[in-house]
Amino acid sequence: MAELKVTAIREGTVIDHIPAGKGLKVIEILRLNRPNGGVLLLASNVHSGKLGRKDIVKIEGRFLSEEEVNKIALIAPTATVNIVRDYRVAEKFKVEIPDKITGILRCANPNCVSNHEYTVSKFYVVSREPLKVRCHYCERTMEEEEILGNL
Amino acid sequence: MDWKGRDVISVRDFSKEDIEFVLKVAERLETELNEKGSLDYAKGKILATLFFEPSTRTRLSFESAMHRLGGSVIGFSSASSTSVKKGESLADTIKTVEQYSDVIVIRHSMEGAARLAAEVADIPVINAGDGSNQHPTQTLLDLYTIKRAFGRIDGLTIGLLGDLKYGRTVHSLAEALAFYDVELYLISPELLRMPKHIVEELRERGVRVHETTDLEGTIPELDVLYVTRIQRERFPDEQEYLKVKGSYQVNCAVLKRAKESLRIMHPLPRVDEIHPEVDRTEHALYFRQVFSGVPVRMALLGLTLGVL
Ligand SMILES: [Zn+2]
Repeated sequence: MAELKVTAIREGTVIDHIPAGKGLKVIEILRLNRPNGGVLLLASNVHSGKLGRKDIVKIEGRFLSEEEVNKIALIAPTATVNIVRDYRVAEKFKVEIPDKITGILRCANPNCVSNHEYTVSKFYVVSREPLKVRCHYCERTMEEEEILGNL
Repeated sequence: MDWKGRDVISVRDFSKEDIEFVLKVAERLETELNEKGSLDYAKGKILATLFFEPSTRTRLSFESAMHRLGGSVIGFSSASSTSVKKGESLADTIKTVEQYSDVIVIRHSMEGAARLAAEVADIPVINAGDGSNQHPTQTLLDLYTIKRAFGRIDGLTIGLLGDLKYGRTVHSLAEALAFYDVELYLISPELLRMPKHIVEELRERGVRVHETTDLEGTIPELDVLYVTRIQRERFPDEQEYLKVKGSYQVNCAVLKRAKESLRIMHPLPRVDEIHPEVDRTEHALYFRQVFSGVPVRMALLGLTLGVL
């Protein structure tokens, strides 16, 4: 099967090696689909030597910070991020689970104050392998499956 | 550590040095109180007690502590009488109340409510229980009680008895005891064992932990027996509760095998887990434990207000 060609971008961010099917979730977590955002390209089920199938997200005209992108490590631990300037990759890094996860994860504890009052959710990463986080508010820990269910 | 303006939300926020410092200040205040009858460190200061969920004992203990420090108290004892009922957010209630007071004590049915209150308020916030999460002043007064009774915490063998699964008090007490050189016996029905992650954490932190269902066989080993109530309301399933209800009763017959120096603690209220006949023995430490709440809370109020 021929490799899907996606237009190269002049300036912006390319998130590569996203596990197939997770591209949309990446866009959602990074809030890239705002009406006033730049051009956004999602390539899904692209052939990949490493992963078999992968998704790629390209964002024209926006440079995402490492911290910003690290949020997606929870769902796309294999992702790599390329910062493109003038059609060339100026910077490249692998995503890493940050020490603190702010704003993207909901607490699984129904009686947690963060599910009832206005707050920005905050979790501390207790362990990366296996993934375990602790809610800043109710102090309950969540493991992998619960985390994915509450993103 | 500068205590002025500090919040007291969770045992997790404390180091061993913090704990020792609070215990020392509490001891100093208790001595001063015995000498002078009343103190005036917090004269002119106002404590707001916000009990969104009723807990008469804890509220009275905080109020007594503030009065003994020479300060005054305002507040409410249930959410039904406040604008919360009209739909006001917790954050707005806190921002309003901090205009009237110098320190806030909060009790709330939601986990994390005290942490949120502390983030919103510029004045210190003390957690008096947030749902099934934390009740740090209880833990500190438990430690204080042990220290006053034995002169030390290190080297003691301590048994935690009853509901170790849902019991918030024993979870944070165990976590705090991990700072000390203690041996722990966790005595509970199979169904109510201490959560595995807490047992593992205790072991990782070097505590010698034994899990057992056998109270009578364990009692001769103990210096302290900390008894908890098996609380019906914590059980998701009534059938499960009925299976374990009344599993243990500490009475004089059981205590025949105990060391003379064994001291029994209980966060109270009790139902039938300690027979009233135990009250008259030297073993009973639980009313003294209630008293300890006052100097410990005086210490926390005074330190966070910056008047000590
Ligand atoms: Zn939570």
